[in-house]
This record gives sequence, C-alpha cells and structure tokens, in this order.
Amino acid sequence: MLIEYIAIAVLLVLSTAVALIAVGLGTIFGPQKKSEAKSMPYESGMSPYGEGTRRMPVRFYLIAVLFILFDIEVVFFLPWAVVFRQLTWFGLAEMVIFITILLVGYFYAWKKGALEWE
Amino acid sequence: METHGFAFLAPWLVFAPVVGLLINIIFGGWFMKQPWGERAIGAIAATASGAAFVVSALLAYTVFAGHGELARWTLGQWIYIGDLKLDWTFRLDSLSTTMMLVVSGVGTLIHIYAIGYMHEDVRFKNDIPRYQRFFVFLNLFIAAMMILVSGDSYMMLFVGWEGVGLCSFLLIGFWYDMDTLGRSSWANSNAAKKAFIANRVGDFGFLIAGFLMFWRLGSFQFDQVFAAAPTLAASDHTTIILITLFMLIGVAGKSAQIPLYVWLPDAMAGPTPVSALIHAATMVTAGVYLVTRSAPLYTLVPEAQYIVAMTGAVTALFAATIAVGQYDIKKVLAYSTISQLGFMVAAVGMGAYVAGMFHLITHAFFKALLFLSAGSIILGLERGHHHLAHGHGHGDHHEEVFDPGDMRNMGGLRKTMPVTFWLYMIGTLALAGIVPFAGFWSKDEILLDANLHYTGVYWILTIAAFLTAFYMGRQIWMVFFGEARHEAAAHAEESPAVMTVPLMVLAVLSVLGGALNLPFEGFHNLTHWLGHTLGEVEVMPLNWVVAGASTALALTAIFLSWWIYGRNPLKAGQPDPLKKPLGLAFTGMENKWFVDEGYWFVIVDRYVDISRFLADKVDWEFWHDWFHEKVIAGTYNWLSNIALNEVADQKGIDAFANFLGKATQWLSGTTRKFQNGFVRSYALSVFLGVVIILGYLLLK
Amino acid sequence: MSQYINPSDLTTILPAIVLTVWACALLVADLFIPHERKGWTAVLAALGLVVSLDITLIQAGGTSTGFKGMVTLDGFSTFLNALLLVSGLFGVALAYGYVRRMGLERGEYYTLLLFSVVGMMLMVQASDLIVVFIALELLSIPLYVLAALNVRQIESEEAGLKYFLLGSFSTGFLVYGIALIFGATGSTSYSGIVTAASAGTSSLLLTIGAALLLVGFGFKVAAVPFHMWTPDVYQGAPTSVTAFMSSGAKIAGFAALLRVFALAFPTLTADLTPILAALAALTMIGGNLIAVSQTNIKRLLAYSSIAHAGYILMAFVPYGNPQVMPVSVAAGLFYLVAYAVTNFGAWGVVIALEKQGGKGLEISDYAGLFWKNRPLALAMTVFMLSLIGFPPTIGMVGKFYLFRAVIDGGFVWLAIVGVVTSLISAYYYLRVVVNMFMQEGEPQTGSEFWVNFTWGLTALMTIIISFVPQPLFAWASSAVLRLF
Repeated sequence: MLIEYIAIAVLLVLSTAVALIAVGLGTIFGPQKKSEAKSMPYESGMSPYGEGTRRMPVRFYLIAVLFILFDIEVVFFLPWAVVFRQLTWFGLAEMVIFITILLVGYFYAWKKGALEWE
Repeated sequence: METHGFAFLAPWLVFAPVVGLLINIIFGGWFMKQPWGERAIGAIAATASGAAFVVSALLAYTVFAGHGELARWTLGQWIYIGDLKLDWTFRLDSLSTTMMLVVSGVGTLIHIYAIGYMHEDVRFKNDIPRYQRFFVFLNLFIAAMMILVSGDSYMMLFVGWEGVGLCSFLLIGFWYDMDTLGRSSWANSNAAKKAFIANRVGDFGFLIAGFLMFWRLGSFQFDQVFAAAPTLAASDHTTIILITLFMLIGVAGKSAQIPLYVWLPDAMAGPTPVSALIHAATMVTAGVYLVTRSAPLYTLVPEAQYIVAMTGAVTALFAATIAVGQYDIKKVLAYSTISQLGFMVAAVGMGAYVAGMFHLITHAFFKALLFLSAGSIILGLERGHHHLAHGHGHGDHHEEVFDPGDMRNMGGLRKTMPVTFWLYMIGTLALAGIVPFAGFWSKDEILLDANLHYTGVYWILTIAAFLTAFYMGRQIWMVFFGEARHEAAAHAEESPAVMTVPLMVLAVLSVLGGALNLPFEGFHNLTHWLGHTLGEVEVMPLNWVVAGASTALALTAIFLSWWIYGRNPLKAGQPDPLKKPLGLAFTGMENKWFVDEGYWFVIVDRYVDISRFLADKVDWEFWHDWFHEKVIAGTYNWLSNIALNEVADQKGIDAFANFLGKATQWLSGTTRKFQNGFVRSYALSVFLGVVIILGYLLLK
Repeated sequence: MSQYINPSDLTTILPAIVLTVWACALLVADLFIPHERKGWTAVLAALGLVVSLDITLIQAGGTSTGFKGMVTLDGFSTFLNALLLVSGLFGVALAYGYVRRMGLERGEYYTLLLFSVVGMMLMVQASDLIVVFIALELLSIPLYVLAALNVRQIESEEAGLKYFLLGSFSTGFLVYGIALIFGATGSTSYSGIVTAASAGTSSLLLTIGAALLLVGFGFKVAAVPFHMWTPDVYQGAPTSVTAFMSSGAKIAGFAALLRVFALAFPTLTADLTPILAALAALTMIGGNLIAVSQTNIKRLLAYSSIAHAGYILMAFVPYGNPQVMPVSVAAGLFYLVAYAVTNFGAWGVVIALEKQGGKGLEISDYAGLFWKNRPLALAMTVFMLSLIGFPPTIGMVGKFYLFRAVIDGGFVWLAIVGVVTSLISAYYYLRVVVNMFMQEGEPQTGSEFWVNFTWGLTALMTIIISFVPQPLFAWASSAVLRLF
C-alpha cells in the first residue's frame, strides 16, 4: 500500500534536490563581489523607503475576502460547466442554491456598507 | 395496563393538590396583598382538595362499575436498577378508593373550615402572612397522602409515608417560634421535632421490613410480594414474622401506638385543623391502612397478628386512662385518638380488616368533628378574651397568661356557643358508642370480632370503651355545663358559618356513617365492597349480648361522669373531684403515667451523656489533650531537642526543606510556563500531546 | 435527478436544512430590524430552533441514511440533536437580556449561533469523515467570531483570536488524521473504513490517523492536554457565548467522537482504549486540580468544564466491549444532558451577577448572596452540588450511571480516579456555596426574565430528573447507533 506513494516521495526528494543544487551550485562556485548597489532589494528599481510593514486600510481585507469568495465561486463553476449536461436539472438546482447562499452573504456585506470605501 | 373507565384520571389525585399549592406558592404573595387574598388562597386550596375528592369519587365509581376489579394506571417508569424494576403506578381497588374518599372528603371539609379558622388564628398570633404557608402545606399533605394510599408498591407507599411525615412536621411546627399560648419560645418546634424523631424510629422499622421484603421476596410491588410470600412462609417462617413485626414498628410510629405514641399529644401544638386532618382523621390511620394492605402477609403469621392485636388493645386502654386525667381539651381528644387508633390496630391485628377500616372511616368523621368543634371552642374563648381585653382597656387580663384550651377555664358554653355545643354532643355520642351513632356500629363490630377470637383483647377493649364514654362525658360536663369559670368563657362568641357549616356536614356523617355497614341481613355494604380487595370476609350478624353490654357500659359511664362532674359543677380553682378517691392513680393519669419522663431518663439523658462523654472525654481529653498534646507534640519536642542538633538541622532538614520548596517552585513555574496566555505555549502543549500519543502507538 | 439525490437524502438532515435556511433568512431579515428592536432577532432565532426541534421530535424513531451514506438519522442523532437545539434555546435565552446590558446587542449574534447549531447537528449526524470536517468548521467558525464579539474589550478579542489560532491548529491534526485514514483504507466513510480495516489493511497508518482524529476532537471537548485554550477563551468570551460554547461544542465533539470510534474503529480497540483511558484520567485530574486555585468564577467553571470532559470521556473507554458499549453510550448521553442542564444553570447565575466591564465575576463577589437573593443562591447551590455529583441532583445520577458503566467495562481504577477527583472538586464548588451562605457581602443581582427563567428551569430539572431519571435514561438507552 505504502509503496504506491513511492513516486511522490521520489518527486519530493528530486524537486528538493534540484532546487538545492541550482541555488547551492551558484552560491558555492559563482564569483561573489558585494557592493552596496547589489545588496539593495530591487537592484535596478526604486529604492524602498519607510517601514516594510506599513498599515493598510482594513477595507483592503474586506475587499480581498469578498474577492476570494467569488473567486472560489468561479473555481467551482469550471468543473460544473464541464459536466453540466450530465447533471441536468440537479446541477442547475445545486448551483442556484450555491449562488443564493453567496448572494445572501453579498447582500449582507453590501447592506452593512462593506463595499463603501469611505 | 388496559384502561378502565376513569382510571386515567388517577394521576390527578396527586396533581390536583400540587397544582393548588403551586398556584398558592407562586401567586400567594400577591394574593395576600389584596383585600380578598385570604379567601382566594383558601378557595384555591379547598378547590384543589375538592378536585381530588371528585377524582376519588370517579375512581371509586370505576372500581364499582368494574365489580371491584383491580385497576392500575401507570404514569411512567420510576426506578430501574439491576433487578429492581418499579413503575410509578396508581393502584385502584375498593380499599384504596375508600381511603381516597375519606382523605379527600374529610380533607376538603377541613380546608373550608380552615379558611375561617386560620383567618382568626393568624390575627391572634399576630403574623398574617403565614396564612399563605398554611394552605400550601395543607395541599402538600393531601398530595402526599394520596400517594400513600394509591401506591401500587411498598416503595411508593413509603414515599407518601415520608411525605405525610414531613407535612406533619411542618404543620406541628407551624407556629414554630412560639408555644401553644402564643408566647415566644421553641416549644412548638420541639413538639415538631419530637414527632419527627418518633416517626423516624418507626420509619426505620418500615425500611428494615422493606429491605427484608426485597431481599427475600424479590419485589416491592404488592401483588408480587403477596404471591411470593406463601412459598417463603412455608420454608422460612421467621422472615415473614420479622417483616411483619418490623412493619409494626412503622405502624406504631405513624399510628401512635405503644411505645412510640408519645409524639401525638405534643402534636396538638399544630393549628386545630391540622390536629383534625392529620393527627386524627387521616395520617395517623396510615398504619392501619398499611396493615390492612399487607393483610396477605399478616394472615400467614398468626403470632405476629396476636402481637399486633395486643399492641392495639393495650394502647387503647392505656391512652384512655390518660385521657381521663387531662385538662386540655385537645389533649383529651389526642389521647382519645391514640386510644381509638388502638381499637383499629387491634381490629386489623385480629384479622378483622373490615371492622378496622369501618372504624377508621367513622372515626375520621366524628373525631374530625370533635377536633374542629374544639377549635371552634378555643377560638370562641379567644374571642371572649380579646373582647374583654379591649373592653377593659389595659387591665389585668393582659398580664395574665390565658390558656383558651384549658377546660378549667371553660364551663357553661352551652349558652354562649349553642351550635358548637350540639355538634360536640353528636361527636361525643358517636365516640362513646351510643346507638344509633356511627361509632356504635363500628366499635361494636370490633368488639364482636374480639369476642369471637381473642377474649383477652375483648376485655381490654371493653374497659377502654367504658373509659372512652367516661372521659367524653367528663369533657361535656366540664366544658358546656355549669357556670363559666373564667370571664373569657362567659363572653365566648359563636364561630362564623364558614367554620360551622363543614362541622354540620361532619355531624351528619357522624350520625349516619354507621349505615355504611349495618350488621343486618342485606346490608353489610362495606364488608362486600372491601371484600373485593381483601377476599371474602365472613359476614357477622349483630350479637345482641355484645352490643347490649357495650351500650349499657357506655350509658353507665356517662351517668358516672354526670355523678362526678355534672351533679356538682366544678368551681374555678377547684381540683378535679376524681383526685381524692383515686389518689396516686389520678396523679399518674394527669402526668401521662410519666412515660415522657421515663423516655427522657432512659433514652434522651443517656444519649446526652454519651454525647458528652464522646465530646469531653474522648475527643477533648483523650484525643486533644493526651494524644495531640502529649503524644504527638511531646514526641516532636523530644525529638527536636534530642535528635536535631545544629549539624543535622542545617545539613539535613534545611536542605530537605529547601529542596521541597525548590521542587514546588519548579513545578509551579513549569506549569505556569504553560498556562501563560501565549498561544505558542498552548500549541506546544497540544503538540506534545500528539507526540506522546503517537510515540506510544509507534513504540508500543 | 434521483441518480444524484432523492427526497430521503433531504429528510435525513431536514432539521439542519430548515435551520440553515432559517439562519440565512434571519441574516437578511436582521438587516431590516432597527437597532433598538434587536430583540426581535432573538425571538425569530428561537422560533427557528423551536421549528427545527419540532421536526427533530417528529422524526424521532425513524432511521435512514442520506447522501450515499454520508449522513445518518438514528435514535442517537435524534437524542443529541434535540439536546443541541434545546441548548441553542438556552443560549438565546441567556443572551437576550445580557447582550443588551453589556452593549453587545447585534443581530449577527443569533445568526451565528444558529449556524453553529447547524454545524453541531451535522457533526452528530455525520457518518463520513469529510462531513465531520465540514461540520466541525461550520460549528467552530461562528464560535470564533462569537467569542470575539465584545470587540471593545481586549480580553474578548484575545479570546476569539486564541480560539481561532488553536482551533485551526488542532483542525490541522484532524485533517491530517483524515488524510492518513483515507490513505490507509481508501475511504472516508465509516462503512468503507471498517470494511477495509477488517480486511486487514496496514493498521499502523489507520491507528495513527485515528489518534490524530482523537486529538482534533479532544481539542473541541477540552480534554487534557489539549485544554489550554479553555480558561482563557471561556473567561474572555462574553458569558452568554461561553455558556453556549461550553455545552454545545462539547456535546457535538463527543457525539462525533462516539460515532467515529464505535462505528469506524472497532478493530482498533486494543490500541486506542489505553489512550482514551489515559486521556480521561489526565483530564479529570488536571481539570479538578487546577480548578482548586481559581478565584474567578468563569475560570473556575472553565476548569470544571475540562474536568467534566474527563468524566464523559470515561464513557468512551469501554467502547470496544460490545456487552458494555450500549450501557456506556447511554450513560455518556445521560451525563451530557446532566452536564448541559447544570452548566446552563450555573452560567445563568453567573450572568445574573455579572456587571459591565467584567465586574462581579470573582468568587468573593458571591459573598452573602443567600441573604440578598435566596432563590438565586439556592439555585447556584443546586448547580454546584450537581457538578460535584451530590444527591439529590441529576449530576449524582449521571455519575452513578457513568461509574457503573466504567466498572462494568472492567476499568475499576478509572472509576476510582473519578470518585477521588469528584471529592477534590467538592472543595472548590463548595467554596462558592460557603461564600454565598457564610460570608458577608453586598452582591448585586440583575433581574432579567429569561435569565431567571433559565436558571430557575434548569434548577428544577436538576432536582426533578434526579428523582425520576428512568424515562430519560430509557430514552438515552434507546438512542442506539444505527449501523450501516
């Protein structure tokens, strides 16, 4: 039984090894000349200012959460669409229920003012 | 169980009074604030009791319509532990429905009477809010008594048995913070405790009987016990005797028989309706009911039957002699009750179950009548006293302690309280056993049975019957005839209709109650009715010799009492005229033959001595002074002086103590490290748990 | 359509479905209820619980499975669903006045409570590990939010966050366990697991999976050593939430544990029984010992709740013994009822005494309560006695059945631990009683009808059921598990 998983184990080991080798070889054998410009986070971009952990308006999170919900809805849509013909009415009913539940939440969020920026 | 007629109503025997008391508990406080509150409370309680009576009547009709066949109604499962399987089942047969009718019928009348009685009583005692409590207790009593008589097993009977015991305790001590005269003291609550303790002794007997029964007969359910008993009696006679005799201890406690009767006279501390309902008509007859119910057991063991009969007979005579020497109107009735209960116990002991039950019923009527009339007299005197106190302003009467129950304060009440007088007369004639009042027929049936079976019992009971007529005559002459020996008696007032009307109903029952079981061809109704439950009982015709003799004796006794007390009425302050001719014997009667003092000396004082010994000698002198102080502390001091020099102290003990302290700190520190409020440590704890569990599984 | 779903699937979980729809509708309806009338939301929520309870009771006696064996309706689920719905009702009753007094009144409270009840009910009915997982999340997430409801108080926020983090952590173990079990047996349904297990597939993976499931449930029911969150969360959460959480989550956790172990892992008895016994013993000892030093009533009751998880766990120990199992399941169910009733009552008393800003929660605040408010003090005494297991209370009867079942199962030492720890517990429970009767103090009590109703009713039940336990025990005994 366990032996069936050997492929996964092999994959795990190999992928880890490849990553380590790729980074490791470069670190060990590559020439390293450190300079101030090179050790900047974005070597050829803007220089960062201020704290990395800035405060963000909480509204971003709200929008993000809502986004994830509907994102998942879409993810659910895709396989559903593939087998839609087999599922027939059951599939349709199921999806209507699913969307209704989502809409209840959406309506709630809307009424509570979660979508208003100010 | 299949359903018969109204059997489904059986739970309402208990529910009806419980509903009544719940209403009065919850809304009573609010009622009491209304002008009509007292009447509402009384009416609700009386209605609840009346509803129980209606249910009883319907159930009795159901049994009657079923030709006396036993019906059961199961409310639900009760105790299922191991082999013990008990349901909460109501048993409906002619015996239980008869008891239900008596309890709820007399109970309802007394509820109505109490509406008027307590209205005045709480005012004389100056505590009006307690009115509500009284009716709650009274309804609780009806509920408990219904459980007692309707139970289908000894266990359920015991629940009711304890329930009525509790109600009796609560009601005797109803005025717990005063004595019978309303003075601040603990006399009433001591009376309640005495009743409770005496009953505990009896209950102990009952419990032992129950345990033996379950052990040897394997059940508490009546029919199963009775079915198993004959087999056991054949192989193990002694056990049945033990069961019945231990049960007798229970009977002696509840039905106030020798040697446990001492609580009943003191129980008169309760308000008069309580004395009438609980301590005369219903609760105290529970013992008689128990023996009747257990008839199939007693019939198996004639030895035990004889002991029961003798206990009853001796009690009947003994209590009657004490009643002759009492001055308190309720005390006389209390000893009379003990004596009459003795008659009943003697009857059921002889196997004359129908006679015993018959006397139980008629006694419930006329003794309730007598007690309630006595209550009416006492209140009448209170009213007279009150009237005087107010009429004369703050005169001498206020200082003097007035006992409205003392017959030496009465006299001549015939004129001031005519209704009560006639009612009391009817009760007296019924109790004395004068034709054709109810008491005659029932007492005669007992004497008849005794004459046939146990001659000794017959003679004892006959003397007791003679004394009964005598002390009742004495009471009538002292209370109602002659001149008032106290101003309060001269100004006594008649009671209101709410009190006298129930009395009239009881009076009618006391006159006609004998019709239940007339000893003539074609009557014997009660015998046939109870025969459905008790098996066919022999029907006995009237024996003219026995009946004639007892009537003649009763008339003689009444004449004798007139000769002593009626011819020359007692004057105020004059000693009892019997004192001189009887001498020491009368002193004995007056002082209840010093039984209470004897019990005090033999049991209570010894008990206190033992307690003192244990507390002072064993606990204090031996355990504290000697063992703790000398042995432990002494040894310790000796050790610390001898053995613990400086080196041992610092190197040994200190190090050890320090180690203990460090260990405790370490332990609590470690524990605290975990319960520190940080999520990471909590997660670590979960993780450690997982590791340990998985480690166990892997390494096992 | 019937190829995928048929009506009997829906009726199997009809009470849960009805409650779900009701909760969704309530969420919307609440938006239109003005803020000063939020009491309506509570009433509507209670109505939904009553409707669901009604359906549950109508369905009593029926058994069926639905959704291809993923959910089961049987006597066991009827009994516990009824208990859960009643708990929900008590939860609403306790919250009704409390949240207004504390200034936390929000319609979401009741919606979340309903969703949590739905999760608990599904957990009771689940006969597939996937459903267990979903139900667990559905019951937990609303509770996380409810615990943090009092956002203005930092302790409440802390409680919610802690509960969330640790809950997720332990759910991780649960999911990992499910994965291992699936790996070992190729199935997540109980019937599939038991078929594969009795066919003799690799048992170590299965055993480890089962142990990890135990960890997940152990967290929900607050068994030692997965209990650390309990005091902090119970103390920080609003008291009405704590009351509901401590009863409801425990009932659901134990129900799922019982069904999983009895139905899916009968073959693992030899491995799991010692672990269960050790957990039970540890939980009883740990909960009761730490409770001794508590001075805050909410923390005290939290440790008491841990200790009681240990007592209930005892009922699981003999699960592999087919003779004893029915009795011990019945004893466990009876004890769950006893605990729920007593617990709601005790928390009701706490609510009656609590004041704004977390005041009135020290045990010393109970001093002199008897002389101030007799019914309340007497009720609290009844609850404390019931938690000790002292007659005449339902707690005594419950412990009696429990100990008997454990002794029948041959774990006498465990029963002894139970008795000894009960003795220890008398110390801290009676301290509350002593405070109420023998100390001087001026406690102030609130008087909200539904709170009074709750503690009054539960106090009566605590006493009355102790006199006639048989009908309830008979019902619990008939609540057998439906095999596949």
